[in-house]
Amino acid sequence: MHPRLRLLAALALAGWLVLPFLPLAVWSVAHGWRFPDLWPRALSGKAWGYALSDTAGVLDSFALTVFIALSTTVLAALVGIPAGRALGLYRFRGKGLVTALLLAPAILPGLAIVFGLHGIFLRLGLVGTTGGVILAHLIPVLPYMTLVMAAVFSAFDTGYEDQARSLGASPAQVFRHVTLPAILPGLLAGALFAFLISWSQYLLTLAIGGGRVQTLPLVLYSFAASGRNDITGAIALLYILPGLLILVVTSRWITGRSAAVVGTLRP
Amino acid sequence: MTTLTLQALEMSYPGTGVAAVKGLDLVVESGTLTALLGPSGSGKTTTMKLIAGLLRADRGDIRLGERSIRDLPPERRGVAMVFQSPLLFPHLTVAGNIGFGLRMRGLAPDDIAHRVQSMLSRVRLDGFGPRRPAALSGGQQQRAALARALILAPDLLLLDEPLSGLDPSLRDEMRGLIRELQRETGITTLVVTHDQAEAVTLSDRIALLLDGRLAQHGPPEDFYRRPASGTVARFFGGVNFLSGQVRAGVFHGPIGPLQLSEHVPDGDGTLTIRPEALRLGPGPNAHMAKVAGLTFLGTQTRVDLLIAGTALQMLAAPDQVAGLRAGAEILVSLPPDALWLLPRPPA
Repeated sequence: MHPRLRLLAALALAGWLVLPFLPLAVWSVAHGWRFPDLWPRALSGKAWGYALSDTAGVLDSFALTVFIALSTTVLAALVGIPAGRALGLYRFRGKGLVTALLLAPAILPGLAIVFGLHGIFLRLGLVGTTGGVILAHLIPVLPYMTLVMAAVFSAFDTGYEDQARSLGASPAQVFRHVTLPAILPGLLAGALFAFLISWSQYLLTLAIGGGRVQTLPLVLYSFAASGRNDITGAIALLYILPGLLILVVTSRWITGRSAAVVGTLRP
Repeated sequence: MTTLTLQALEMSYPGTGVAAVKGLDLVVESGTLTALLGPSGSGKTTTMKLIAGLLRADRGDIRLGERSIRDLPPERRGVAMVFQSPLLFPHLTVAGNIGFGLRMRGLAPDDIAHRVQSMLSRVRLDGFGPRRPAALSGGQQQRAALARALILAPDLLLLDEPLSGLDPSLRDEMRGLIRELQRETGITTLVVTHDQAEAVTLSDRIALLLDGRLAQHGPPEDFYRRPASGTVARFFGGVNFLSGQVRAGVFHGPIGPLQLSEHVPDGDGTLTIRPEALRLGPGPNAHMAKVAGLTFLGTQTRVDLLIAGTALQMLAAPDQVAGLRAGAEILVSLPPDALWLLPRPPA
């Protein structure tokens, strides 16, 4: 491609990514910005001051959302690694059915199942608890984690594990020193997916949390509904922070080289 | 210094119902380099995995010295295996790979580094320690894999087709290195291979596996001069078989009487002679033969002969048979010490 054209394409892409954030940023520091005005009449840090204060509960909610997303990710990895291994490496009776069942939550709209799920969780006493919300988040997260790990393992040569054992490594040592390094790039990719999917859950959190588990998207929505665009803008910017961080970090990490796992998420 | 004993070893893969290894008895003497030879499907790979602990035996025993390793996990057997592909861990350096087993045993890093250095020079990889495996050639990777197993000083070293992945030019080098290191260390070594040339040139002894059973076990020459059966003889390139009767030390078969050098009891039997043992010209057991065809093979020429209507094959130096033409009548002798009566199957 022509260098100038390439530059133009890069700028267009950057603009496409950044543009939606601009109004948010302006809103968060605007003081009186009404309809025909192109620019706010005055700028102010009040919205940020409030959003970051103890009284707003935004920071608590941020911490809670991080905790839920991290817990969901760890649990998804604990289930997704062995499940992905089974799907990626072995043939077994009913494999097609298992795959379909695994994929189902990713295909079915959440709204369709959320009421049934609410009933079940209510009976189990999980409604309104953080644990219940984490369990609910696993439903959309697990398919992604498992499918990523299945792809990783389908490119993994288990000969490395046999070789390590014949060199005196116990099964735990084999996982720690041979399997884990080989699947790590894929595992990180799956974990980032898992984290972001949990991070962006609204409906499941609302239904299962029963209003008592206030994650960031719920807080954001309530401020948006109250018409405070300045505070909403500030919280929205906080809300996209992890996504942006992950985008920056992954461009370096995920392309990690490992010949034991070939063809997984290479650029 | 450990003898490997396989006793009535049996194993079939689940769902097949067919035994891959059928009551295998084998004693691999301590300190020898033995080839476990067999065509594909003979059960040699299964046997190797049973010894390494990657498969479980249905019946029978596997012992190293006095201790039964049959039910031990692979990492506690004292068996180090080098696979056909080098399988160097890609996230570790060459030195990290060679020191892997010692690290798993919990040795001090200084001690490991020291041993890895000396091992690197023994497999002629000085200076390659800090490199990544991918930066090594195929031959170098294979040598690093060998070093990674040898550094553990295992009771038994298993090598799976160590030469088959290499270019012909690298094969001699690797063969020499394996022989040298095996003699120096005295580690009992079992080489699994389907290639009879590899088995003959590499090992002290060959255990030939056919259809899940031990067909013959002994020094490589025996497989040429004293094959245990027609199948063994054919596997090693035997082509000449004559059926007849032995009476008073003379074999009476389709091409006439043949004097035997060893005493053989009277009775029916099958006689075999290596194609390269037949001689042109007069000598003991000389017979007139008609040349049916000549095939130039490079270092040798194959001469298809008809003696009293029976086809025999001779391999001779090309110079020796340069003047021969198809249809010629020549005198051929079958030296008595090259004649071998196949053992009769037990009645």
